[in-house]
Amino acid sequence: MIMIKTENLSHIYSAHTPFEKVAIGNINLEIEQGAFVGVIGHTGSGKSTLIQHFNGLLKPTSGKILIDGKDIWENKQQIRQVRFDVGLVFQYPEYQLFEETVYQDIAFGPTNMGLSKEEIHNRVIEAMEFVGLKEKYAKKSPFDLSGGQKRRVAIAGVIAMRPKVLILDEPTAGLDPKGRDQILGQIKEYHKQTKSTVLLVSHSMEDIAKYTQKVLVMNHASVFAYDTVEQIFTKSQEITKMGLSVPQVTKVFYQLHQRGFALENDVYTVKYAANEILKLWNQRGE
Amino acid sequence: MNQIIKTQHLRFEYIREDENEHILVLDNINVQIQKGEFVAILGHNGSGKSTLAKHFNAILLPTEGLVMVDGIDTTQSERLFDIRQKVGMVFQNPDNQIVATIVEEDVAFALENLGVAPSEIRRRVDEALKTVDMYEFREHAPHQLSGGQKQRIAIAGIIAMRPECIVLDEPTAMLDPKGRQEVLKTIMDLNQNEKTTVAIITHYMDEAALADRVIVIDHGKVVMEGKPKEIFSQVEQLKSLGLDVPQVTELCYLLRQQGMPVPVDVITEEECVEVLTQLLQSDIKGD
Amino acid sequence: MLKDITIGQYFPGKSFLHRMDPRMKIILTTAFIVLLFIVGNWMGFVISIGFLITAIAVSQIPFLLVLKGVKPIIPLVIFTSVLNIFFVDGQVLLSIGFLRITLEGVLLALKMTIRIICLIMGTSLLTYTTSPIALTDAIERLLKPLNKIRFPVHEMAMMMTIALRFIPTLIEETDKIMSAQKARGADLESGNLLQRAKALVPILIPLFVSAFRRAEELALAMECRCYHGGEGRTRMRQLSMSRLDFYGAAITALCFIAVIVANLLL
Repeated sequence: MIMIKTENLSHIYSAHTPFEKVAIGNINLEIEQGAFVGVIGHTGSGKSTLIQHFNGLLKPTSGKILIDGKDIWENKQQIRQVRFDVGLVFQYPEYQLFEETVYQDIAFGPTNMGLSKEEIHNRVIEAMEFVGLKEKYAKKSPFDLSGGQKRRVAIAGVIAMRPKVLILDEPTAGLDPKGRDQILGQIKEYHKQTKSTVLLVSHSMEDIAKYTQKVLVMNHASVFAYDTVEQIFTKSQEITKMGLSVPQVTKVFYQLHQRGFALENDVYTVKYAANEILKLWNQRGE
Repeated sequence: MNQIIKTQHLRFEYIREDENEHILVLDNINVQIQKGEFVAILGHNGSGKSTLAKHFNAILLPTEGLVMVDGIDTTQSERLFDIRQKVGMVFQNPDNQIVATIVEEDVAFALENLGVAPSEIRRRVDEALKTVDMYEFREHAPHQLSGGQKQRIAIAGIIAMRPECIVLDEPTAMLDPKGRQEVLKTIMDLNQNEKTTVAIITHYMDEAALADRVIVIDHGKVVMEGKPKEIFSQVEQLKSLGLDVPQVTELCYLLRQQGMPVPVDVITEEECVEVLTQLLQSDIKGD
Repeated sequence: MLKDITIGQYFPGKSFLHRMDPRMKIILTTAFIVLLFIVGNWMGFVISIGFLITAIAVSQIPFLLVLKGVKPIIPLVIFTSVLNIFFVDGQVLLSIGFLRITLEGVLLALKMTIRIICLIMGTSLLTYTTSPIALTDAIERLLKPLNKIRFPVHEMAMMMTIALRFIPTLIEETDKIMSAQKARGADLESGNLLQRAKALVPILIPLFVSAFRRAEELALAMECRCYHGGEGRTRMRQLSMSRLDFYGAAITALCFIAVIVANLLL
């Protein structure tokens, strides 16, 4: 089943002026329900513009977006509903917190949905669990928390809407390695439990390789590739040329491959890499 | 005098107003940074590493102990501007450290504050902009620039003071990979060509791998200190501190666990390729 | 949408106007505003408009762009015009019920409209041809004598510079926060006035928090660069009057005289 579908989607900024810029051009994409997709592309490649179309924050200059089979701009009055269906967590989302307590802030989305008090409560508690916030934080002011905790609150605020699609724009920017691994781990667990569609925008191929199943590579306002992680990493040379950095192990394996070793050139996780080398090493004496 | 920065039994605590409770941030820190050195400071968020950095140019003063900058005790308030001129500081968010609306005016800011003569300011501003490779953007407005470019302007604004040491607090955390590379290259050039001492706080292990020396802070204490190779070879300890190692180091660590005779101190891609090439080639020959 | 605000934006260039000393430009713009208000007859308006159009032509800034600066004040222009048209006594042109439109009213409305439009275009031209920093700089230097009466000239100028520097940043930030709250279903577009005002809370609070955080970080960065107020501070850019400024002043003076002569003779 297709969750997100775009048909000839284009967005042009400042159309008909000297500053005209095609942010995304003629995008045709189909993302399956339940997929965990990494989105990568350099700054200005159009990835931010694209994801803001998925929940109707930006209106296409031309083309269509279908969420769960429905054209989201068919009825303009219903566009808020689309935002509940497609939850978008912006970069540095902690800067959007505003309520007096963590609980109230997470409840902001569900309240806007017009849910009952009880339902809101259930969702807030559930969302806090997903991001690993203990209940004792519920009554605290979000402004008293550490940077990493604030970010969890913000992510929970979107999860609490129980969106069909969850999109996160660089959720780990600026965090330390431990905070990064924790948040990504929780997102993975969220995906596993809810079986919803998750899109993770990241500059880090390491993270994408480690957590997602499919990768969408944006380049020059269009889709360069949308494929499984394995397939994407066979194109590591082209991706490097786009100014994106591929994981160190991928580069190491590429060079070893160049030197004539019988190794694959689409390796991207450390564990897999170690296994491959050990296989070769253990052929010794055979 | 070979040390630009030296701390002795540095202890820093602050009092939380609402609960009247003393919070210990730095505890008995003894570190030295030699002139011309490139030092990376690692530690998870909240470990106290930024607080330590703020002691290097007298933004914070020790509760106990001593911080010396090129032989000057940082508590000597009459030498404050000398200290800040010797040790410049660059922060994480480039947007929040650029004061002026034109690039070159911003680079001139520190020199104007120091009362340098206009013609000399002009000369040093041009020089600083060329050093960070932003001279052609001198008349741009900061908001027209990319993150990496803005951060280079912030660096130019510091090096125009001709500091002996530049302290960078997570200068690449908010940048995309391209911006990161630009800034890192600028920092490396400064260290190698201009002989500026560099102390960089970072979460990126590949950046730390470039340093001459790594200092690891945890709970306000120095817990590890040494050459990158010495530090990163201790994979388990780093992980227990909530830190990472470069992927190639982790790869070699896994291989060693499985009995392959890989050296413990592989930290760069090139080394890794070389080491693996040799090992695997010897296999083939040994057939 | 928010990014489209053009007021106070600088368009770099190398024209006569761009190269003039910003202090002189401020003085001459002020003179032009005074001129607009001493104009007493149509000849005077022709001279003033002619002066403005020449200045715009010299500046090489597209006329429409300068005119765009007028857009935000259209409601004000309409409001004052309506007041003038309906409430000035005189020769009645048309009467609808108790409302009467008079010739004097229409003429006065027209004059006020021309004055306001010229005023806005003139000041827009100043900001289009002068970088904000040069402008602040010039104001700081022009006001320097006020230091003697302990008016904090440098501090004011520094505040202005920082405000100018952070306007684009904060506009961008507002855009982002609005998008983020909309993504959580915030409804900013519908409802009555009270509901709309309430809907702004989720935007204003994060914006304030962020502005304070930025201010704190900026203060730190400024301290690191040895900022300690205006005392003993030098400037890289030195302002100096040149022949250009003399020409500019002379032309403006001529217009002034022409308007006064027109006032006296016609």
